[in-house]
Amino acid sequence: MRFLLIEDNADLARSIRERLEMDGHAVDHAPSLGDAEDHLAVARYDLILLDITLPDGDGRTFLQRHRAAQADTPVIVLTARSAVSDRVDTLDLGADDYLTKPFDFAELEARCRAVLRRRGGAATTLRRYADLTFDPLGGFVTVAGENRDLRNRELRLLEVLLSAPGRILSKDQLNDRLFSLSEPVSDNAIEVYVARLRKKLEGSSARIETVRGLGYRLTGG
Amino acid sequence: MRHALVSPVILILTLLLGTLPALAFEIEDQHSFGPPEATNRLSILSTTDIAFFAPLAEAFLARNPDLAVHYVQASSQSVQQAIGTEEAAFDLVISTAMDLQMKLANDGFAQGLPADVVQSLPSWARWRDRLVSIALEPVVLLLADAAIPEGREPPRSRRDLIALMRDHPDLFEGRIGTYDPRTSGAGYLFLTQDARTSDTIWRLAEVMGRLNARLYCCSSQMIEGLISGDLVMAYNVLGSYASANLPPDAAVHVVTLQDFTVTLQRTALVPANAPRGDLGASFLRFLLSDRGQQIQADAVGQGVMRPESFVNQPWLRPIRLDPGLLSTLDSMTRRRFLSEWAAAMEQP
Amino acid sequence: MRRPLRLPATPRLPSLRKRLIVQLIALSAGLAVVLYVAVRLGAERASEATLDGLLGAATSTIAEELRSVEGGAELDLSPGTFSMLAAMGEERIFHRIDINGLPVTGYDDLPRPPQEPTALEPVFYDADYRDAELRLVAVARSLMIENRAAPVLVIVGQTRDGQRAVAQALANRAALIGLMVFLIAIPFSLLVARAFLRPVGRLAEAVGRRGGHDLRPVRHPAPAELMPLVEQLNAFIARLRQTLSQTETFIAEAAHHIRTPLATLRSEAEMALRQAGDEPTRARLRGMIRATEESARSANQLLDHATVLFRAEQFTQERVDIGAMIAALADRFRPTADLKDMEIRLDLPSERLETTGDAVLIEAAVRNLIDNAVKYSPEESEVAITLTRDGTFARLTLRDHGRGLGGETLATLSRRFRRGPNVGGVIGSGLGLTIVLETAAAMGGRLELTEHEEGGTCATLWFPLSS
Repeated sequence: MRFLLIEDNADLARSIRERLEMDGHAVDHAPSLGDAEDHLAVARYDLILLDITLPDGDGRTFLQRHRAAQADTPVIVLTARSAVSDRVDTLDLGADDYLTKPFDFAELEARCRAVLRRRGGAATTLRRYADLTFDPLGGFVTVAGENRDLRNRELRLLEVLLSAPGRILSKDQLNDRLFSLSEPVSDNAIEVYVARLRKKLEGSSARIETVRGLGYRLTGG
Repeated sequence: MRHALVSPVILILTLLLGTLPALAFEIEDQHSFGPPEATNRLSILSTTDIAFFAPLAEAFLARNPDLAVHYVQASSQSVQQAIGTEEAAFDLVISTAMDLQMKLANDGFAQGLPADVVQSLPSWARWRDRLVSIALEPVVLLLADAAIPEGREPPRSRRDLIALMRDHPDLFEGRIGTYDPRTSGAGYLFLTQDARTSDTIWRLAEVMGRLNARLYCCSSQMIEGLISGDLVMAYNVLGSYASANLPPDAAVHVVTLQDFTVTLQRTALVPANAPRGDLGASFLRFLLSDRGQQIQADAVGQGVMRPESFVNQPWLRPIRLDPGLLSTLDSMTRRRFLSEWAAAMEQP
Repeated sequence: MRRPLRLPATPRLPSLRKRLIVQLIALSAGLAVVLYVAVRLGAERASEATLDGLLGAATSTIAEELRSVEGGAELDLSPGTFSMLAAMGEERIFHRIDINGLPVTGYDDLPRPPQEPTALEPVFYDADYRDAELRLVAVARSLMIENRAAPVLVIVGQTRDGQRAVAQALANRAALIGLMVFLIAIPFSLLVARAFLRPVGRLAEAVGRRGGHDLRPVRHPAPAELMPLVEQLNAFIARLRQTLSQTETFIAEAAHHIRTPLATLRSEAEMALRQAGDEPTRARLRGMIRATEESARSANQLLDHATVLFRAEQFTQERVDIGAMIAALADRFRPTADLKDMEIRLDLPSERLETTGDAVLIEAAVRNLIDNAVKYSPEESEVAITLTRDGTFARLTLRDHGRGLGGETLATLSRRFRRGPNVGGVIGSGLGLTIVLETAAAMGGRLELTEHEEGGTCATLWFPLSS
């Protein structure tokens, strides 16, 4: 997916960008509203992440113009201001969602997904592996064409595994992706979810192998 | 004359008591009522006969037993002199001479009377708060039966009277009595009031003068003359005197002439220098009370009138109690009037 | 909660109404006195002129009644003349006639005029005589006596007690009228004062009614005299509004300046964690992230709280559809809840429930409640949100399956910066409940926290329904 990140803080922007790119997204960074307009003039984005306080204006002004121009690219506002008053404003002005800084990347991802799913705008890239089909936005999984009902954490676990099939992913790596970093996670939490996922994917040619002492990997076919 | 007997007694009494100042004015009579030792003593100066006054004094003293009343009777001229000139000390002055009373009041010799006394009177019966009327009395004509020939009606008016006298000069020659206005204050008042009302009086004076009318100082003497038969007619006599002094069987007509009958008000004032003005006022209050009025009426018969009389006797002509009375007291006016009267009476 | 500020007592001047009434009454009292004096003087002058005319005419008549006769003069005083002179109020009359400068009749000692009258013009004068104040007139004429012209002086005096009495009576009546005017003036003054001060009262009422938080300029119609006051008031309100908006800006700026570096710190730490392999570093990075998270939350709630206080002062009044607001909020929390595989169950009534207040505040309160519920609930649990009508109130219930209250009460939990003893590792500043409580208080609602017997907390918030 292609993001436009409108954020004047260079450090924050870089880290958000890197984080999103790690997940395989393309990110264009615009440090000002002017730059953002330039980017929007030449490219099409699946999602815009918009800061409110910008050097050449207020993000809300951009939001208003954006909506007035009938542009349907969803916008998530990243606000650093008081959540109480900004929230109502931004939603009223046409933001799809907002997130108060600082935020958890997991939550950012979740909200992006929720927004995209709600808007149904972005082209869905189905992921296929062995006899698995996975729709990361819609959050459904089929095994040999048969629907499997997975819960959110199970879906996320599958998504992480699918992002690097065949590669060993450590427990820590999986923890980081699955659980909020601000919450304590028990050591065996991943094992519980891996067990659940294996059960949900029963009958599939794709399997989650345990690599003792190292972690897990997805194999199949 | 009664006073010839009484006055030496009184004079001695007065000297003994030493309460009264020497009286320079001429008095006719005086009398003391009530306990001689009383310290509250009311002095009254009046033109009214003591005989009239006695029942009033007694009734008053019956109510106020601790009082004594000293009563001095004098002619109206003397009253004027006593109060207006000598400023004699009296607590109440009663007189029929309205003009002289008015002059005393006007000249400031009367003191203000208590409001209750003044306000109980109608406005015609008082002048300011100084002079009040205590009785209304008509001035009448007295005519002996002998003066009316057989078959002739008693005269109703002065014109009738003049006609009667002209027709029968023999009956009236030397037997007519009237006041001498030069000496009698009341006589002068009656005459000026007559003259003010009608010119008939001058013709009457001419006729009376031609018939050698006799002139008197006082009503009582005229009445005596009538009783004795010396007179057959007395003109301008106070009704009250006539009623009181004529014996019931006297053959005398009391005529109120219907062309007009002058009606005077007997008036009272409390002198400004009264030693006991309060007693004067309280006696005045008694005179004006129903009881006082009743005694006066009883004492003089029909002589004292009530205001109602003016309704059924429209010929009654009241003398107004106001300073108009003063005009005839003006010395030049008086001189002129008296000379005119004398000219009428004493034609050759 | 907040108490009204106790300002130092403003020095009080007598009330405008009192002053107005006193002045009106004083004015009418003055008018009454003026009326009395004017009528008295006027009546005296008018009657004096009339009576002087009468006196002069009567005296001239007397003078004309003097006739020359042989051997002197003759006079026939008419009683009518004297009666007439005395008639008005029973006056005392004195006269004197001098011929050739010698008194011939009347009162010899009656005072002579200060200057000799002429045949054309009589002389009027005042003198005291026999304890009386007399008004006198002297008239001059000439009479032929014994073939020689003799000057004649006729003086007539009268008291003027009656005139004075009449003037006094008139003046008394005027004084009575004045007094009545004065008495009428009292209720009238009250009415006038009331009518006069009505705009002031209305303005004060209008300003009072709007409440201390309404910062719109005063547009109430006011008399021209009050306009400077209104203008000053509006200028003051504008300054206050500006100050308040600066405060708002400050809060926003502060939030921005605190959060942005925290956000950077956090995302950098997160990135580092992703890349770090050894356990001690990871633990340290996690600690860092937790610390960042904690300070961010504290900052958030501090700023939220400041905003809540600020907005509560503003006292915005608008109608808020509670159901719709809750639905939108629940949607907002779903992604967060999903992360913990939590379920947010919504049970809203079919009817539209509206409350009146500041939507931002109400939403902040509800958001804090949901935030608490989601935050303190275990994974894969359920948060049930129910909205029902409860008499004249809308009742919002949030039931979670979290750790409950740990025996704490609402009062202690909501105390600022205090958290329950059982929050474990969950990050929170303790200000959330304070915000809810303050919002509920500001709009006349109520909050109740109970522990559910099957575990978990039940938070109930009542909003007064709009009438």
